[in-house]
Amino acid sequence: MEKFTTHTGVVAPLKRSAVDTDQIIPAVYLKRVTKTGFEDALFASWRQDPEFVLNQPVFAGASILVAGPDFGTGSSREHAVWALRDYGFKVVLSPKFADIFRGNAGKQGLLTGAISDADLEAVWAAIDAEPGIRMTVDLEARTATLGALTVPFEIDDYTRWRLLEGLDDIGLTLRNEDKIAQFEARREAWRPRTLPIP
Amino acid sequence: MSTPVPGIPDHPRTLAEKVWDDHLVVKGENGEPDLIYIDLHLVHEVTSPQAFDGLRAEGRPVRRPDLTIATEDHNTPTLDIDKPIADLTSRTQIETLRRNAAEFGVRLHPLGDREQGIVHVVGPQLGLTMPGITVVCGDSHTSTHGAFGAMAFGIGTSEVEHVLATQTLPLKPFKTMAITVEGELKPGVTAKDIILAVIAKIGTNGGQGYVLEYRGSAIRSLSMEGRMTICNMSIEAGARAGMVAPDETTFEYLKGRPHAPKGKDWDDAVAYWRTLPTDEGAVFDAEVFIDATELEPFVTWGTNPGQGVSLSGVVPSPDDFDDPNERAAAERALEYMDLEPGTPMKEIPVDAVFMGSCTNSRIEDLRAFASIVKGRKKADGVRVMVVPGSARVRLEAEAEGLDKIFEEFGAEWRFAGCSMCLGMNPDQLAPGERCASTSNRNFEGRQGKGGRTHLVSPLVAAATAIRGTLSSPADLDAPVLVGTEA
Repeated sequence: MEKFTTHTGVVAPLKRSAVDTDQIIPAVYLKRVTKTGFEDALFASWRQDPEFVLNQPVFAGASILVAGPDFGTGSSREHAVWALRDYGFKVVLSPKFADIFRGNAGKQGLLTGAISDADLEAVWAAIDAEPGIRMTVDLEARTATLGALTVPFEIDDYTRWRLLEGLDDIGLTLRNEDKIAQFEARREAWRPRTLPIP
Repeated sequence: MSTPVPGIPDHPRTLAEKVWDDHLVVKGENGEPDLIYIDLHLVHEVTSPQAFDGLRAEGRPVRRPDLTIATEDHNTPTLDIDKPIADLTSRTQIETLRRNAAEFGVRLHPLGDREQGIVHVVGPQLGLTMPGITVVCGDSHTSTHGAFGAMAFGIGTSEVEHVLATQTLPLKPFKTMAITVEGELKPGVTAKDIILAVIAKIGTNGGQGYVLEYRGSAIRSLSMEGRMTICNMSIEAGARAGMVAPDETTFEYLKGRPHAPKGKDWDDAVAYWRTLPTDEGAVFDAEVFIDATELEPFVTWGTNPGQGVSLSGVVPSPDDFDDPNERAAAERALEYMDLEPGTPMKEIPVDAVFMGSCTNSRIEDLRAFASIVKGRKKADGVRVMVVPGSARVRLEAEAEGLDKIFEEFGAEWRFAGCSMCLGMNPDQLAPGERCASTSNRNFEGRQGKGGRTHLVSPLVAAATAIRGTLSSPADLDAPVLVGTEA
């Protein structure tokens, strides 16, 4: 997982609330055997509409999504985060995130920042005034800036630390690599081994 | 012996606590989880592809290929196993596992191999499953391995990736529950009947958050196969793991198996294993008692494993349940199962009998089934499938001539796999078909869309295949002598 300090990119407005994970990625895409390559699955049904925000050329290559409240509700599928990440999103801002989604996002390096309802409206207005505008998200300062507008966002200290350090669950555990190695060094000879095949 | 870890309290401990303590890599502080070492990681084709893909994306190797073993089971056909798998999703999962195993250096027993089979049959049979170890697999029925006094539980795909990369898991300690089954079982009553009765008693959520330890004389008298059947279905009571303390039966089963310790290692191991049983005075967080002498062959009538009743009983009425949720669940289940309250269970006709699954597909299960059907013919119109749990069980059964008994009976003798336990391979019920099944889940559509499942023991499956209605061996015209272990 890459370390996240600041990110600058095109910001796209998703003017809907309660975006559930079935909308983020429909169930039909869950049969795949990979953990990457889900970019085509992101918002698959909405993207069939040519007017959908991500189909507008001005938002091509968007990497920051600003959505209405209750983003990521519903099924716990980790694929929802994979789809956002594979499409190229690094940050989602919303007044409120579903707990499981936010947990999954933190583990995969997708920053989820909570902004106030008033700031949501202000950001959407700023994008409407200048579609295609770029936003800079500063995780150290917990701020998002586009043009003259800077809004604060909330993220819990633990998740922020993990993003700043670029640590996924495995990365966190591997910080104890020396202790794992010590444990293995004293592991008894009788314990099972699958290799070599006798 | 295991090196003492500082910080472990010096008080009487349960079996589960001892195994946990001996696998502590890092003790969690301030509510953080403990980091637990995993001795054995079993892998199959359904829950592993994205785990390997995650490793690839991060450039991580499998930390301990020598503690990892893979087999193909969920998607594999049990007929024509030399032909390409017809279903594209199934074939993709199988082919992906083969590529991943080769790329990451993981031992794989593919379809057609002598050691291929259901992952929970393969581990014990190779002697890899042993007392006092931790076992994980991306499959909820990993609880099976607890029969050896191992701590064994199912995990999700992200955790599979975590174990592949680190050979550890961050885990919060479980609570412990003692399930004591005392007394002698009546003839014809088996391990399957014990666990179905346990689940009916404590409910499908009764074990949530607990490791169950099965104790008492009825458990001690069971074979390893019987203990595996019981631990296998711990998950159906909501528990993540079930355990039985190791004893002479365990050691005898293990000794001489391909991966069992040898020489001095064996002696060291046995000496350690003898220290594992729960200490006198250790306290469980919860306790349940069951009188084995009162148990009868048990079958399910509904659509979860807790909806069970004695075979001699009748289909219950929703009014029998005080709890409104249970009453509503019973109503839904009776509708799905197309059953009328008050119908004697023994009058329920079946279309199919499935003898197999990780619950009941070991050689002893097949012997029990064969002991009843030998020299008889199946009921007209009933389809009977016998599916060994592994290629080796199949070979063993054939060496004993069991395949001939099954074929003369009119049953289909198949190759190894999960088969009709779950609708992921070609073995499925047609909509509306009713099946007496030795498997573990009677969920709606589990054995095929619209299929209806009654969970039963191998002995009940055999008697049902003969009479065509749910039956026990005692209902057969010429009584046959049966053992109590299966």
